[in-house]
Amino acid sequence: MIYCSLSLVVAFTLGAAPAFAQKQQNALPVREIVPGIFVHTGATEMMTQDNEGAIANVGFIIGNDAVGVIDTGGSVREGEQLLAAIRARTDKPIRYVINTHGHPDHVFGNAALQGNGTQFVGHKNLPRALAVRGQFYIDAFRRIMGEDLIGKGRLVPPTILVDDALTLDLGGRSLTLRAWPTAHSDNDLTILDEQTGTLFGGDLVFLEHVPVVDGSIRGWLKVVDALSAISVMRVVPGHGPVSSWPGALVDERRYLDILATDVRALIADGKAIGVAADTAATSERSHWKLFDDYNARNATAAFSEFEWE
Amino acid sequence: MLAFHFRMLLVAGLLAATPFCARSTHAATPESYDPWPGLVQDIFNNRQIADGSGIIGVEMPYRAEDAAIVPVTLRVKLPPTDNRRVVAITLVIAQNPAPMAARFELGQDSSVSEISTRVRVNSYTDVHAVAELSDGKLYATKTYVKASGGCSAPAAKNADEAKARLGQIRFRQFAKPTEGPQNGVREAQIMIGHPNNSGLQMDQLTRLYIPAFFINELRIWQDDALVLAIQGGISISEDPNIRFSYVPNGAKRIRVEAKDTEGHVFQNDWKVDNSGI
Repeated sequence: MIYCSLSLVVAFTLGAAPAFAQKQQNALPVREIVPGIFVHTGATEMMTQDNEGAIANVGFIIGNDAVGVIDTGGSVREGEQLLAAIRARTDKPIRYVINTHGHPDHVFGNAALQGNGTQFVGHKNLPRALAVRGQFYIDAFRRIMGEDLIGKGRLVPPTILVDDALTLDLGGRSLTLRAWPTAHSDNDLTILDEQTGTLFGGDLVFLEHVPVVDGSIRGWLKVVDALSAISVMRVVPGHGPVSSWPGALVDERRYLDILATDVRALIADGKAIGVAADTAATSERSHWKLFDDYNARNATAAFSEFEWE
Repeated sequence: MLAFHFRMLLVAGLLAATPFCARSTHAATPESYDPWPGLVQDIFNNRQIADGSGIIGVEMPYRAEDAAIVPVTLRVKLPPTDNRRVVAITLVIAQNPAPMAARFELGQDSSVSEISTRVRVNSYTDVHAVAELSDGKLYATKTYVKASGGCSAPAAKNADEAKARLGQIRFRQFAKPTEGPQNGVREAQIMIGHPNNSGLQMDQLTRLYIPAFFINELRIWQDDALVLAIQGGISISEDPNIRFSYVPNGAKRIRVEAKDTEGHVFQNDWKVDNSGI
């Protein structure tokens, strides 16, 4: 009864003409948080037609020779607006586009930044994540955000993969990339600007927006420990305000701990998975935005993971 | 700063291969197309199917919170006055790429009255439960599930770990006999470590899709009496998990045998624990 067939679609070509629309785009509002680092703070919302998918934090770093972009937003339009924001500040080439992981709100804008020799950089598991989930995401978000924003949907996978750690140079400015074991997702990557001690945490770090478990809650708790040992000044989280370090991890760690404790107790008590979705970590509701959009899902995922302990 | 080990892999000319399923084109908008009549033809040979609201229940959350793990419970509602029994229940997720999620054959004297498992849900969809009774008649009931939002996807979260526990089987019993209902119904759960791969995953070296790899057969016995025989497909979640109620027949052991599409056979058995959990 399986009707599946597979068709291969060539999703990008290297060195082709720039893919972004040539029409004038409004520049994405960005703030220079430290010299040379610009951040757009995403709306703490679900991706919708109204917000054009601009819910995640995206940013760029300008070195002496080149620009590095970190995440591209939740639609090609957001990617185009990010490009306009870059071009309003510098005409240096965009040497790298770095994706912190493969979720739609972080990678859907990639296509707008293709061309002119720009290299795309991601975790070694990112191509697999995009291959397995990409078409599903495009179909799902076309439904939610409409044909205009999603269109045919073109995902741009990385051309440089990070297996463990990697240093990229923007000209007098080094970025240290680190690939993490499965935590928020199975392809989380952080980017550290050594010069200013600024960490782009991707979705390993959530503030205000309830954390979303799409990898391993046990893994994430370990990664939070490892992250808190890194000595930096500040973090640009995947969602929420730029914050000081390591205090930015406190709320997330508490939420994950409570979720883990509640779910383990329900399993020990012989309760069904649906009970976890309804009750686990509900004491945390008042601390987070989008709690009802994600907590039941986190509890479901955590339950199926802890059952194997 | 930490001293990192540097390693860079350059991948030139990488192709992003896009999985495409025949049915997914019909799932673009909620309720745009009802595949059910076609499924009745494909799965049930166009046999007559009557309203089964008094015979069989299917319960799912209204929204698929995690598209990869959506709990579903099938409940036998056939009244005790009816002298027929439910022989099998087929679970159909209408808008999934492989709609027939599972067929549960209920052991003759097992008195299975409730089966819970977890499925993948790709889209807004009707989910049908079709009961086949001992007189050969079919009865169906259905529920509706909204697709999940956000970055949820009906795919593995931690594919490497799922592979690592391939073939592990765990058994658990719930509710001590003294605490169970008067009729002696017990509840048990079987978990099998298996990626239950949908076949939509690409091998990064060969750029070819890894073929579907899933548990297609699972049998549970009390000694030599069949409790459940399950035919499964790729709509069953990773690490297949079956929780069911049954009436013990005095057997000393519960036995499980699972087979997957690559011909692996996984077996285990456990002493019936009369003291409960």
